[in-house]
Amino acid sequence: MSAVAVRAGRPRRSVLATVWAFVKRYALAVYSLLFFAYLMLPIAIVIVFSFNNPTGRFNYVWQGFTLDNWRYWDGVPGIRSALVLSLEVALIASVIATALGTMIALALVRYRFHGRGTTNILIFLPLSTPEIVLGASLLTLFLNLSFVTFGFYTILVAHVMFCISFAVITVKARLVGFDRHLEEAAMDLGANEWATFRKVTLPLIAPAIIASLLLCFAISIDDFVVTYFNAGTEVTFPLFVWGAARVGAPAQVNVIGTAIFMVALVLMLANVLIQWRREEAAA
Amino acid sequence: MGFFHRHRGLTPYLLLAPGLLWLGTFFLVPLGFLGYQSLQSGSIDFGYAFTWSWGNYWHAIRDYHGHFIRSFEYAAIATLIALVVSYPVAYWIAFHGGRWKNLLLLGIVAPFFVTYLIRTLAWETILADHGLVVNTLRHLHLLGVLGTNGRILNTATAVVAGITYNFLPFMALPLYVSLEQIDARLIEAAEDLYASRVQAFLRVTFPLSLPGVVAGTLITFIPAAGDFINAQLLGSPQNHMIGNVIQSKFLELTDYPAAAAMSIVLMASIVIMVLIYARAVGTEKLTG
Repeated sequence: MSAVAVRAGRPRRSVLATVWAFVKRYALAVYSLLFFAYLMLPIAIVIVFSFNNPTGRFNYVWQGFTLDNWRYWDGVPGIRSALVLSLEVALIASVIATALGTMIALALVRYRFHGRGTTNILIFLPLSTPEIVLGASLLTLFLNLSFVTFGFYTILVAHVMFCISFAVITVKARLVGFDRHLEEAAMDLGANEWATFRKVTLPLIAPAIIASLLLCFAISIDDFVVTYFNAGTEVTFPLFVWGAARVGAPAQVNVIGTAIFMVALVLMLANVLIQWRREEAAA
Repeated sequence: MGFFHRHRGLTPYLLLAPGLLWLGTFFLVPLGFLGYQSLQSGSIDFGYAFTWSWGNYWHAIRDYHGHFIRSFEYAAIATLIALVVSYPVAYWIAFHGGRWKNLLLLGIVAPFFVTYLIRTLAWETILADHGLVVNTLRHLHLLGVLGTNGRILNTATAVVAGITYNFLPFMALPLYVSLEQIDARLIEAAEDLYASRVQAFLRVTFPLSLPGVVAGTLITFIPAAGDFINAQLLGSPQNHMIGNVIQSKFLELTDYPAAAAMSIVLMASIVIMVLIYARAVGTEKLTG
């Protein structure tokens, strides 16, 4: 409403300026649509080629439509176990990282203490380190500790490490925005710190915790570089794709890629819709 | 719970301890081990010993300065393209997105739900010799413009294109955040004071969006400089970046000291470049 009022109150622009503004406005919109088309182009290729019926091992040229790749999604040796490992790691890593990250976020937003600055830097540093350095340094640590065998646990440890910072940022953003008085009221009414946390704080930051779980899960299941350095002989789904790419990736890779994409998209769409509902309810 | 009441000052530290211990043990300590490894000598068969062999650094720079320079060059070009390409879109969403803002942002992030490697393989298909882009350019008789015998795949162009695409949301999202925070009344005020739209943009909107530009360029450039997937899948050995060398020295040649020294040179160069950049644009814009 206010925007309209402001615009009506302004002196009339000349016809030429109006036309120019009109063109400019739609040029930007058209450009943006082209940009989204560009973003979606490789995704469309991935999805389309999941229905390809390749004659040889190579899935580069369109040969014909088939549903077989979807029906026999685990028809390639090793692909099922790779996907299962990726899902396990992503599930456990996102839970651990979100728990640790939520605690750090609570400490940073709720308390004044010595070492806040250092903590913030330590959270920020892994985000601004190239993945290859993260992977390589963790590899040298494990190489120098003779009791470590590379495998599930080294992958898990690495994934939790690079997820923590994302968890902290996600939960912190929500904590900063909410009303402390609710917690103070609970305390005034005789609730102790733990009860206040469980009954007041936790429900309020639940959306951020869910967002953090989803984000960590997505980052973990997509990670290649750090995993590649620390997996030993274990194969996660991205490592499987890497190995398959050298000889020509089978169409089943596209099937799983499409499936992960669809699940993530539906979850994120649901999130956007819930926010819309909430905004409408609030308005 | 009585414990917490008696020691309230301790609570933040107890909350921080597990997470920070994890980061300390598996992020900071490993960086120390990387440094330790980089000064060792020996071989995988006879074992490595710590000998203060600074020569590893000298060799890393002498033998691979070309790879370092190429990495920073590709990363810088990709960052610049990503900035120019995504700024108008971030602007459009921030000022004209209306109630569709969140949906449009989802559109920017959505492609990144497809596994990184699969996305890059899709670009391999698109840029291939008889793929979409090459054929379109051929029809338009523009293939000669490339100057690479009509090829895109296995050239620097393909590698930079891949890097640009893969790190685009790192650029677009911070740009959007800083543009979204701009009070539209400031721009209206500039126009009321007879600034043209271009002037208003150059003098008001763009300067106010600088924190986003700085954040976006940094978080695009840093991972891009260390990337090796795009060079591996979309480039030829002539386009290999320092990440390719580090990766193969660590995992194929098991020349750990050399690989560790290169990783440290990479990290140190990035830190130096970030500091110079921060100086140049002013630190207050970094913390925004």
